[in-house]
Amino acid sequence: MATGIKDRVAILGMGCSKFGERWDMDAPSLMVEAFEEAIADAGIDPSQLEAGWFGHAGNAVGPGAIPLAIALRLHNVPVTRVENACATGTEALRGAAYAVASGACDIAFALGVEKLKDAGYGGLAGGSRGPYYDAVNANVTAPGGFAQLASGYAARHGVDMPDLKRAMAHISVKSHANGVINEKAHLRRRITEAQAIDAPMIAYPLGLFDCCGVSDGAACAIVTTPEIARALGKKDIVTIKALQLAATGGWEAQGEGWDYSYVPTTRAAAARAYKEAGISDPRTELSLTEVHDCFSITELVTMEDLGLSMEGEAVRDVLDGKFDADGQIPCQIDGGLKCFGHPIGATGIRMVYENYLQLLGRAGDRQRQTPVVNALSHNLGGAPFHTICSIAIVGLQT
Amino acid sequence: MVGIVAAGAYVPLLRLQRAAMARATAWFNPGLAGHARGERALANWDEDTLTMAVEAARDCLWERDRAGIGKVILASTSLPFADRLNVGVVKEALNLPDALAALDVTGSQRAGTSALLAALESGRPTLCVASERRLAKPASEAEFVNGDAAAAFLVGDQAPIAEFLGSHSTTLDFVDHFRPTDRPYDYEWEGRWVRDEGYRKLIPPAVAEALKSLDLEAAVVDHFIAALPVAGLDSALAGDIGIRPEAVCASLRDTLGFAGAAHPLILLAQVLETARPGALIVLLAFGQGCDVLAFRVTDAAARRSKALGVAGWLARRRAETNYLKHLSFSGAVTLDGGMRAEIDLRQSPSMLYRERKTILSFVGGRCRETGTVQYPKTAVSVARNARLVNTQDDYPMAELRAEIVSFTADRLAYSPDPPSCYGIVAFEGGGRVMADFSDVDPDALAVGQSMRMMFRIKRQDGAGFKHYFWKAVPDYRPAPGDH
Repeated sequence: MATGIKDRVAILGMGCSKFGERWDMDAPSLMVEAFEEAIADAGIDPSQLEAGWFGHAGNAVGPGAIPLAIALRLHNVPVTRVENACATGTEALRGAAYAVASGACDIAFALGVEKLKDAGYGGLAGGSRGPYYDAVNANVTAPGGFAQLASGYAARHGVDMPDLKRAMAHISVKSHANGVINEKAHLRRRITEAQAIDAPMIAYPLGLFDCCGVSDGAACAIVTTPEIARALGKKDIVTIKALQLAATGGWEAQGEGWDYSYVPTTRAAAARAYKEAGISDPRTELSLTEVHDCFSITELVTMEDLGLSMEGEAVRDVLDGKFDADGQIPCQIDGGLKCFGHPIGATGIRMVYENYLQLLGRAGDRQRQTPVVNALSHNLGGAPFHTICSIAIVGLQT
Repeated sequence: MVGIVAAGAYVPLLRLQRAAMARATAWFNPGLAGHARGERALANWDEDTLTMAVEAARDCLWERDRAGIGKVILASTSLPFADRLNVGVVKEALNLPDALAALDVTGSQRAGTSALLAALESGRPTLCVASERRLAKPASEAEFVNGDAAAAFLVGDQAPIAEFLGSHSTTLDFVDHFRPTDRPYDYEWEGRWVRDEGYRKLIPPAVAEALKSLDLEAAVVDHFIAALPVAGLDSALAGDIGIRPEAVCASLRDTLGFAGAAHPLILLAQVLETARPGALIVLLAFGQGCDVLAFRVTDAAARRSKALGVAGWLARRRAETNYLKHLSFSGAVTLDGGMRAEIDLRQSPSMLYRERKTILSFVGGRCRETGTVQYPKTAVSVARNARLVNTQDDYPMAELRAEIVSFTADRLAYSPDPPSCYGIVAFEGGGRVMADFSDVDPDALAVGQSMRMMFRIKRQDGAGFKHYFWKAVPDYRPAPGDH
């Protein structure tokens, strides 16, 4: 009976480019920026990399994973491109981690990149998803798909929209404050609750400040076994405790009963991740989280889906500061998608990057002062009515 | 006895206020203030001749078995396709059987009555629809006069509510206006000549000949329908012919406008909603000659179905005062929708043909073992506790009521009428879909709100192909048991 990969894969090194509107850089240059930091952190030579997984959700670089090998000048290394919507980054990490866990190779890496800001307009660029999809699906944008969580949540729990908007504003105010002290973050300005509430509407009830940054960026993780990491001289070993994905079978959008107040795939992936990691009470065993706050309402709902708030109590918990940087379980201590930014293919790896730094005490001004033991990251790809959820939990090997 | 078995209509929700049109155009032509009375029906950006035809046909066929229909006819001078059977799209939207004759009728303002004549003479149950969305030059008289609407009739010999008595037609090349195939707008000759040499000289003898052939006196006509774009002309013609003034049918000029080739049929549908059994109806249309048709209302009219009809659709209205919105919807001006508006999603005819039941007919699936309903139909049932393969039968869902599960009003998505509203709607009896909404008030959307599906334009692509699909609109029909 398979028991998962807990503590079988160590993170040897990580890197992350500055996120933002990188008008100065193309995707290969962003890849190099993240990779050079990671390879230096790992303390190895690129020739030691035996396999790579390339996360790229858009179409900014060329065919397959070849652009990764060319950008990094890795000759004849097996590289694989993966795409899983907004779970792409974590998906790439999963490929590398499974390669190590299986014994297929000693050292592997995952690199995610996105170059979104050459589209010419704000928001994510649109395009065909196939003629049949285009014909029968509504004119849904990312904010429109996630905004409906607010209508479903408010109806399910009897929350007045102004109260929900206030909690959503608190989430964005918090993430902006966190982003200010992160020099790699895309958005680095404080906002007020009033600014968030009064901002121009993007997709009701989401205003401008309820939406995350659309960013360029890259992030990289190099993984190996804990034994090799130790042999290479690493003292504190960060290992993967759980790495789980859950994709919808289409029930939410086509079946009976889902009310758009929660995301079922998050609940399924979380249950499996907690089991793999041996976590029985996430509220006390998780030190901090990086969740897929593509929109403020997503973060709010995710607190319940991860079991960090009781159902129907996330509004109160958020307003009480439970997930603030100095709260009980900080969420997006680095600014999150909201302010660190959201270059899709890089995002999942960026989250693990922050959790890795926090575990090693290397997060600088934003270092969590209480001990960080287990840190969770979470992505939602697609939209709540048809999602893929990925969850990674990393921690120090004890 | 052949006649009209059922009648239906459709009038778009929006009613452009003529006073607002006059205010917007007064700087250019103050004379248009003379047309500033009342309102005209305005197709939404996602409506055209075909979508309105579908809704009129659904109104006509409401709760009727559609299986017996042997022919479909669509009349219009504003058909979206010059070469693609327009009524073929209507047939698919109505989920009619494939074994069916079909005909597009166009080219004159009497296309509607000529289509109705063809239906009455077809010898089989025929669905006849007339629909118009006529464009007019901005700041023209026609822009004020026109209105967008459709009417539909089921014609046959099964208990008609109006018996077809006979007809008389004349044909002569009288060019009161014309529209070349490569131009969007009509070119009109002087109205005084049209009135004096056309309407007043050509119509009375045609009506007289029709009545004579039926051995009827003009004075016994109960309803005189002279659908013409000139105010007061119907009464003048009645006087010329000897028809009683009270027989002249209301023109709907101030509530709907003049719907071109569809207008005679819209007025006929209106008369049939209230006409008493035994009433004699004379219907007239003019366009390079005349069609005159006579009907007598039968006892079956007492059992006529109560769909919305002309009166119901006219009551479902929203005043629109934005002249620029009308110009944008009609394509007279192009507003800057940003680069997102430039995204060109092309149609794949091979895909559309393969999936036509799903896309055009809104047919979902129902599992024959569990009864699970879903849209769209898929090889493997969505039921979580019964993973069954190839067990779904076709399940038409277009006529089902639905409730909003979730919603948003999206200002990022491109829409010709922002915000783009959409959400999940769940159907009575099962099944749900993430649907675009239309005709909604974005500020009044609510979870639980009752909705129904309508056939609408989803997009027009860069090749000029119109993509049609179904959208959810606020429920417009009486709740079950209310009728």
